[in-house]
Amino acid sequence: MFNKLFPNVELQDMITATNETLYMTIISVLGTLFLGIILGLLLFLSRPGGLWENKFLNWVTAAFVNVFRAIPFIILILLLFPFTDFLMGTIRGPKAALPALIIGAAPFYGRLVEIALREVDKGVVEAAKSMGAKNSTIIFKVLLKESMPALVSGLTVTAIALIGYTAVAGVIGAGGLGDFAYFYGFQRSDFDVVFVCTVLIVLIVFIFQFIGDILTRSLDKR
Amino acid sequence: MISIKELTKVFHTKDQDVTAVDHLDLNIQSGEIYGVIGYSGAGKSTFIRLLNRLEDPTSGSVTIDKQEITSMNKNDLRLARQEIGMIFQHFNLLWSRTVKDNIAFPLEIAKMPKEKREARVKELVELVGLKGRENAYPSQLSGGQKQRVGIARALANKPKVLLCDEATSALDPETTDSILDLLVDINEKLGLTIILITHEMHVIRKICHRVAVMENGKVVEQGDVLDVFLHPKRPVTKKFVDQVMGDPDQDHSLDLIHENYKSGKVLRLHFVGESTNQALISELSREFKIDLNILHGKITQTQKGAYGTLFVHVEGDQDEIERAQAYIQDTSVEVEVIPNVQ
Repeated sequence: MFNKLFPNVELQDMITATNETLYMTIISVLGTLFLGIILGLLLFLSRPGGLWENKFLNWVTAAFVNVFRAIPFIILILLLFPFTDFLMGTIRGPKAALPALIIGAAPFYGRLVEIALREVDKGVVEAAKSMGAKNSTIIFKVLLKESMPALVSGLTVTAIALIGYTAVAGVIGAGGLGDFAYFYGFQRSDFDVVFVCTVLIVLIVFIFQFIGDILTRSLDKR
Repeated sequence: MISIKELTKVFHTKDQDVTAVDHLDLNIQSGEIYGVIGYSGAGKSTFIRLLNRLEDPTSGSVTIDKQEITSMNKNDLRLARQEIGMIFQHFNLLWSRTVKDNIAFPLEIAKMPKEKREARVKELVELVGLKGRENAYPSQLSGGQKQRVGIARALANKPKVLLCDEATSALDPETTDSILDLLVDINEKLGLTIILITHEMHVIRKICHRVAVMENGKVVEQGDVLDVFLHPKRPVTKKFVDQVMGDPDQDHSLDLIHENYKSGKVLRLHFVGESTNQALISELSREFKIDLNILHGKITQTQKGAYGTLFVHVEGDQDEIERAQAYIQDTSVEVEVIPNVQ
């Protein structure tokens, strides 16, 4: 039945491609989380009236974020080739896609982090100050903790965008479902392969969204 | 205990400078409940934030328990703040933490070890009457309960001073009273000095020992609550006093009194402090051959005794009435004859 409907689909290839997509997504989500939180904190803390008010730092961070968000992802990959080569020692395969994925997504997530932090009640920060809290305590125990649901739902949105990016990265030979759909499906005119790859990507997106929603809900005690 | 000298805060905005607190001098005794009252924009919110330097003053000094807050470096200030509790109008609890963990937060900041922390939290939960709600999240609590958590949190590190920033302004009257009772209770039990700012004279009347009235960044009047109630000097103070007392002189019922009582005398009795505890009216009717009829009035309780005005109609022999008046004058009650239409 399956073979009749999808004559060109090899199960083993599909599993490999799915694993590559999952690998790229998960590692880049982790990288984006780390870099995005740092960018978001820098944006939030250095703004006027912030804990580390600093015009220069704020300008530099905002410029970095805005520039990298403005570059279309496909061009960013090409632009980063030398950097990727230097960092990873290769420009092909799932590993080589990671720098571009993270640098492409982190500024986006950074903005979401900034928005989430801005939503934290100023009064709570003031209360922590009145108790004699250090800035580091305010950052880790108040700001990040109180904005957790927004940080998680923001990360879910970013992760889903990243799944899309991994498919784009496939076009330059990063591996994964996008790569497979293009080279083994589209170019050979085996549209059943394209179809199965699409279904698998949609499935992955749904799973990420589902996990994100559950986490957000369980963290939100408001 | 707390001395404030020449304290000034100027906010610079684009088009102008706003002086929120203007060369303010104030001395607050250890163990007293000191109220600062003023309308919004009077500078009281800025004033209380200057005390623990949530706002940095433009000039002037604040000294709490011999430590000059205004000259401290960041680290000393952090340690000093651990000994100054603060509660807020909107409670400012961490919604991601349970009641228990909210109260434990200042203890974590002060680096108290975990076992000690748990014992202290338990004490505090009992002190503010929240037993059984330890594991609830703030969103599951009523406004009054949230403020109780705020109070427990502010008391966690055994502060010397408690600052209350409009602590009851977001609560309904009944809850306000229960929170005020709790503050008085804490003040008496722990000997804690409390400074509160409010725009409600009711709060001042109910729990404060002394009061300062703020207007345009300055203290325009201050003193014992009872004195201020009795002899408000400034128009703004008078308005606040009228907030709780009503203005008896302008009450329209006075006209009715004059219409209805054509004979005898109408007296106005002014009660201040102790005398309210004496049974003055029943003494008068026992000692003198007069008939007393209470017409109108209001007596209210402050931390330093009762205060209020009572209008009574007296009927009887002219001499007897005058002797009764003399008798009243010997007590601490002030008496005044309201001109009667004969």
